[in-house]
Amino acid sequence: MVGIVGFGAYLPRYRIKAETIAKQWGMDANSIIRGLQLNEKTVPGQDEDTITISVAAAKNALLRAQIDPQDIGALYIGSESHPYAVKPSGTIVIDALGIGPHVHVASYEFACKAGSEAMYVAANLVKAGEMKYAMGIGADTSQGAPGDALEYSASAGGAAFIMGTEKVVAEILFTHSYTSDTPDFWRREGEDYPRHGGRFTGDPAYFKHVMGAATALLEKSKMKPSDFKYAVFHMPNGKFPQEVGKRLGFTKEQLEVGWIVPWMGNTYSGSSPTGLAAILDVAKPGDMIFMVSFGSGAGSDGFIFKVTKEITKVQNRAPKLKDYLDKDKIYLDYGEYAKFRKKIKLNE
Amino acid sequence: MITARYHREVPQRYRLEAGKCTKCGYVAFPPRLVCPKCSTKKFKPIVLKDEGKIITYTVIRVGPDKFSKETPYAIGIIELNDKLRLTAQIAGVVDFEKLKIGQKVKLVFRKIQDDGKAGIHMYGYKAVLA
Ligand SMILES: [Zn+2]
Repeated sequence: MVGIVGFGAYLPRYRIKAETIAKQWGMDANSIIRGLQLNEKTVPGQDEDTITISVAAAKNALLRAQIDPQDIGALYIGSESHPYAVKPSGTIVIDALGIGPHVHVASYEFACKAGSEAMYVAANLVKAGEMKYAMGIGADTSQGAPGDALEYSASAGGAAFIMGTEKVVAEILFTHSYTSDTPDFWRREGEDYPRHGGRFTGDPAYFKHVMGAATALLEKSKMKPSDFKYAVFHMPNGKFPQEVGKRLGFTKEQLEVGWIVPWMGNTYSGSSPTGLAAILDVAKPGDMIFMVSFGSGAGSDGFIFKVTKEITKVQNRAPKLKDYLDKDKIYLDYGEYAKFRKKIKLNE
Repeated sequence: MITARYHREVPQRYRLEAGKCTKCGYVAFPPRLVCPKCSTKKFKPIVLKDEGKIITYTVIRVGPDKFSKETPYAIGIIELNDKLRLTAQIAGVVDFEKLKIGQKVKLVFRKIQDDGKAGIHMYGYKAVLA
């Protein structure tokens, strides 16, 4: 049996409200809050980045798995905000966690689905018998251009998953990936902020790829939406995952627990992985979980998990996603936010 | 080169690795070559607990150049649960009036500074209120 043996998430404490951003740019806050279903988003502290978020999430995963970090044979981090253009984030993360040096490390990049790619490769290396454990992390501190629609959603956070074969808490039963050349969102080398295709990001991009992976996954597994207790889809805003769930035949109740975007924002590579962590925090033995990520460019990775009886032993060993989402929030005004996100030009 | 020194200090800065004197038990953090208590040169590496309490603190309102955009921030002397003391920034404090000696803290992994615009990012431990 191959699956998740430890999982952990992390969100920074800082928040900015959609209302605060809308006021800055003279936009109507209500249309954003109701239209995109985004209330507020996480903001990384000045001393936080993809690397520190990965370390915090991975520490929680290790607390749950209770394994020797030295037994981890690979660590992959998916992100579109790796702090270095050249030098893998994982090199710093393994040293902070006491993993390696006998370990395979790589950075993944595929817009918002880089995290699920890291999970996919980690799980399959374990399945191939190459190593005892492998860790896949999705983490981001994403930026939207000032005044752009993305500014309301681009947030910070991440989740880490240790894959293994012993004391599995959620078995991976099926996976499926769906990819095509679709230029819905990109960032050229040297540009500070990404560009997107406006309405083109909907049907030809998000919906086509999520539906493509989801439909194939259902066919492969000979399962139907009603067989699942929970479903989580990539959350670029509040609306898209609800809409794609509806189109596929999932109910609001199945989406509820993993649908954390209205109060977290889009954590990019951490989006569906943090949603999965929120589900695993409360899941019960026997529960079936359906997950499909999405990364612009574009592609989707789908997973079907079956929760085992080991889950109840590990849930309380580390902080839960909800703890980070609901507790000790620090609200920023737009000026503080612009300073935190280095949007202000300084004399250096 | 700042990179060589930074690299050398990774075990203590990232993982709180200290040296315990094999003869008298003195714990050196950062690790030392010679025990200040018994002059032995044999240490075994140990990892310190990441939890402790604030012994004392000060609030920096005019910081050195590199930290001038992060003021105000608190720096504290932290006593870890295994009785060892170290100095660390206390991060994420909103109301400095409410900061108290004896408050419980946890050490977390954060970015400490950048070596200019093109140099390396430097990471290490900071304390956050537990
Ligand atoms: Zn000694």
